[in-house]
Amino acid sequence: MILLDRVSKIYNRKSTAIERINLHIEPKEFVIVVGQSGAGKTTLLRLLTREEKPTSGKIVVGGIDYDKLKDKDIPLLRRKIGVVFQDFKLLPNRTVFENVAFALEIVGVSTKEINNTVPRVLDIVNLKNKSDNMPYELSGGERQRVAIARAIVRQPKILIADEPTGNLDPKYAWDVIKVLEKINRFGTTVLLTTHNQEIVNKLKRRVVTIENGKIVSDRTNASYRL
Amino acid sequence: MKKSMITLYRVLKAGFVNFFRNLSLALPAVAVMTVTLFISLFLYIANVTFSNTITQINNKISITVYLSDSVTSTQLKYFEVQVKGLSNVKKVEYISKDEALAIYKADNANNQNLLQAVSETSNPLPASINITPVDINKIQDLKNFINQKQFIKLQDKQLGISYSGDRKQAIDRIAKATSVMREAGLIGIGIFALVSALIIFNTLRMAIFNRKDEITIMRLLGARPWYIRGPFVVEAAIYGFISALISVAVIKIMFTIFSSSLQASSLGLLDISYATKFFNDHFWILLSAQILIGVLLGVLFSIVATARYLKLRTSK
Repeated sequence: MILLDRVSKIYNRKSTAIERINLHIEPKEFVIVVGQSGAGKTTLLRLLTREEKPTSGKIVVGGIDYDKLKDKDIPLLRRKIGVVFQDFKLLPNRTVFENVAFALEIVGVSTKEINNTVPRVLDIVNLKNKSDNMPYELSGGERQRVAIARAIVRQPKILIADEPTGNLDPKYAWDVIKVLEKINRFGTTVLLTTHNQEIVNKLKRRVVTIENGKIVSDRTNASYRL
Repeated sequence: MKKSMITLYRVLKAGFVNFFRNLSLALPAVAVMTVTLFISLFLYIANVTFSNTITQINNKISITVYLSDSVTSTQLKYFEVQVKGLSNVKKVEYISKDEALAIYKADNANNQNLLQAVSETSNPLPASINITPVDINKIQDLKNFINQKQFIKLQDKQLGISYSGDRKQAIDRIAKATSVMREAGLIGIGIFALVSALIIFNTLRMAIFNRKDEITIMRLLGARPWYIRGPFVVEAAIYGFISALISVAVIKIMFTIFSSSLQASSLGLLDISYATKFFNDHFWILLSAQILIGVLLGVLFSIVATARYLKLRTSK
């Protein structure tokens, strides 16, 4: 599902974000990427969403070879990957419903189908009764669940979550993680970055540890270890 | 519904909804556009009025060729046709000796001594041809033409052409002053138009800058550039439309008040009654032009202003 082959990202001579990373993620896997701030986690995700190009190496996601991807087709790629950000990135002037619906609108889904799908997805993230609220009326945990609803509403094969719990209280953080697990059970490949030890230990999933831009360990059923 | 129609509908709807949800950003932008569009339209009307005043002054300037009593009607006809054929001649008018005397008598109806003097002799006044030029800056060429050998013998020996001496100097001064004023007016309007365009552009740029995160989010969700840009363009077009309406309405109100209180008086070179008439006669054209300009500027500038946040190119 996700394949990185000797991928490096070098900003300049002094700053190498990622060095010769090899990573292979199977469909339906739940992979946690851990590492301290500046280790290269976010760069890795930005390479996957094509916000950045690698300096060298090969990236293939969901059968799309990034070397052959044209700039104008980047929107098409991004529609296949659901992304959840640490800072939610909700559209501030749209309601919860409209935020989720936006992901469907841009791919030209009919209004009727949107009205069917969005409430179902809001139900998955337990926000059905908040659909007419504006983002600023929600708590951090609720906002993040809106973002997750938006990321999964197009039923992507891959969901990338970049420290989705980074800005949340522990009690809300766990709500968010439970939603991610639920989505993974439905068959979506989940790639989660975090430095929350408790979450990593409780999940007992495959853990990839990055240090100074390199993968230093890759273990299944693992706990947090830096 | 076809997919492209759905998209168009959604872009339009988002534009309108955004306008109302971002009123705090929309109002300053509309205010700035209204003020600049208002001043532009006002300057335009002022310039047209001013230009009309200049034309009226210029129309009063003509040159008179005084004819010798010995000119035959064939010679006269030939001369008139020749002069009329010139591109710089607007009007040619023949005044016979009798007409000249009648005009003289009318002008001096209160001066018995003068009337006495002209009635005692045979008509002393020469016949003349009055020529109104198109461009008063080129009267000298006209004079040269009339002073050709074949025509000079038609002229009255003493009076000749009125365009000479003090009169020539005065006409030349008026000609120069009016053409400088006309140019100054045009340059002024040009500079102001440029400055207002920059101000409007900057206002829209700030409004869009405030929402650049929104654009980034939409991009990350995989929206096509035009799907993101569309609502901004619609919103800016609404700004332009509203600003145009307000600016024309304010001028309409201004003229209504002015023309009743100032009653056809004039402020220096600005002939208010002409300006009012011009505005009212061309109301619908001016309104449409103003709306067109407002909407076009909004559309154009929002396309340019969103461009920098829409670059799909990834950093290398």
